Amino acid sequence: MTAAISYGPARVLPGDGIRISTNPDTEPFWQAAKERRLTACQCGDCGRFRMPPSPYCPHCLSKAKEWPVLPGTGSVFSFAICSKNPVTGADYVYVPVVVDIDGAPGARLIGNLTGCDAEDVRIGMKVEVEWTAIQDGWLLPNFCAA
Amino acid sequence: MVWASQDKCAIVGVGATDYYVRGKSWPRTINDMAGEAILKACDDAGISIKDVDGIAYYSGAGAGYYDKFDSALLMETLGMRQISFSASLTSGGGGSAGAIGLATAGLLNEDCKYAVTVMALQQLPQSRLGVIFGARPPDAESSFLQPSGLMGPGHLISVLARRHMHLYGTTTDAFAEIVMASRANAGNRPKAIRKAPLTKEEYEASPMLADPLRRLDFCLETDGAVAVITTTADRAKDCRQRPAFVHACAHGGQREWGRAFGWMGMEDPHFASSGHKFTADRIWAQSGLAAKDMDVALLYDHFSPMVLMQLEDYGFCEKGEGGDYVLSGKIRYDAATGGNAGGGVPVNTHGGQLSEAYIIGMTHVLEGVEQVRGNAINQVRDAEFALVSGGPAALPVSSLILRRG
Repeated sequence: MTAAISYGPARVLPGDGIRISTNPDTEPFWQAAKERRLTACQCGDCGRFRMPPSPYCPHCLSKAKEWPVLPGTGSVFSFAICSKNPVTGADYVYVPVVVDIDGAPGARLIGNLTGCDAEDVRIGMKVEVEWTAIQDGWLLPNFCAA
Repeated sequence: MVWASQDKCAIVGVGATDYYVRGKSWPRTINDMAGEAILKACDDAGISIKDVDGIAYYSGAGAGYYDKFDSALLMETLGMRQISFSASLTSGGGGSAGAIGLATAGLLNEDCKYAVTVMALQQLPQSRLGVIFGARPPDAESSFLQPSGLMGPGHLISVLARRHMHLYGTTTDAFAEIVMASRANAGNRPKAIRKAPLTKEEYEASPMLADPLRRLDFCLETDGAVAVITTTADRAKDCRQRPAFVHACAHGGQREWGRAFGWMGMEDPHFASSGHKFTADRIWAQSGLAAKDMDVALLYDHFSPMVLMQLEDYGFCEKGEGGDYVLSGKIRYDAATGGNAGGGVPVNTHGGQLSEAYIIGMTHVLEGVEQVRGNAINQVRDAEFALVSGGPAALPVSSLILRRG
């Protein structure tokens, strides 16, 4: 193994460069986000979670959906450390994290992690959601080291 | 259960252009390069382009990333008389090996007599893969991924590699060995883009693009075209070259892998895998063979960790032991003995996509054919079985065993 690289503080990518789009299946997630409520798509029949939201529960094929309010915490399942702003190419340290969402087993979200140096991010560490304003008035769930 | 189509078709012709650093193929056009590869493959087989009546593509008939092959335009361009089979596997490079199975489907259904499989790639500035991923406006699904800044495939694969390191103690030393072994095989190949021997120090000096992956863990960005001709075993007898029989071939995969790194929802152990266990198990069942029976393995190497995870999924070693396997020298090609000196199986004897050229999987098919013909540049002695893989990516991925004729 080579010596670990010192990256410094992990930052969130600037929201003004980020757009999303929605469809009728995913819209409720983003509408809740706009009100700073973290939710995930839960089957209205068998209760299992799936993300991204989709028209059928892949387990029981029900089309019924619930959007429970979740605690807004989770743990890092895996991550990368990136050092260039993908829009501008300028030096910019950010850490995309794949997060297991508390209260929604099987559902993951992918965002940027802040609140620590990039080289200190670990699989399994606890995180809390934080909201980043992006284009068109939407709020994007990112994460802060808990 | 032996595959009903085992050895009933064979690859009888191969053709390729020179390989160019990304963008340097201009002012050639993509159909110019595709045509050269196809005509060379016909010549190699000893047939006329006018005999070709089937086309089996992959990547949704993609020509590179932006363009699509159009069978009618290819016919018009090359003076083909008629086609009675024109089909493509879905998704991307995961179908490269599987497209040969698609060709056999057309041949054995008597839709066509000679099927060509072709890929041409030209990465002009506006059609560079990493850029395309990022420039694409996010749809409803990718809106859950793209805002994180996971823009290119290398970013995405680094997340899987990280999980593998966490679960199994895999180190970047293993990724380095995969890159260095690939480079060692490219040194004597006239067409290879990266030929200079690579030291561990040079690897470690390579910029970290998506930690834990360095630039040298990413495959080349190249232009060029490769085509192969597949026909029935009966017709293969009349062709110019020794046939490379299609001994087993499968494409697909299971939902637990699914959209893979475009989704990130895979549970362990699928997450830190290549998604190839399903098609690997199918070709072993089709053939009664196992990894240890392969004389050479041509594993799709867009990123070095995916070679390691394929070694596990195909059963060259146990799950989680890929790091130790490669670090013990078991993927090296040893020219003196024409094999692997340590009881392993040589991997990517052509230098692969990491060192020779990246034509979205087709150079692996080409090398598999040359190995079982016995005329490869880095020939494995008495090679009878060559494993070829396509992917790892969103499903389908694919697997192929070629057998010496």
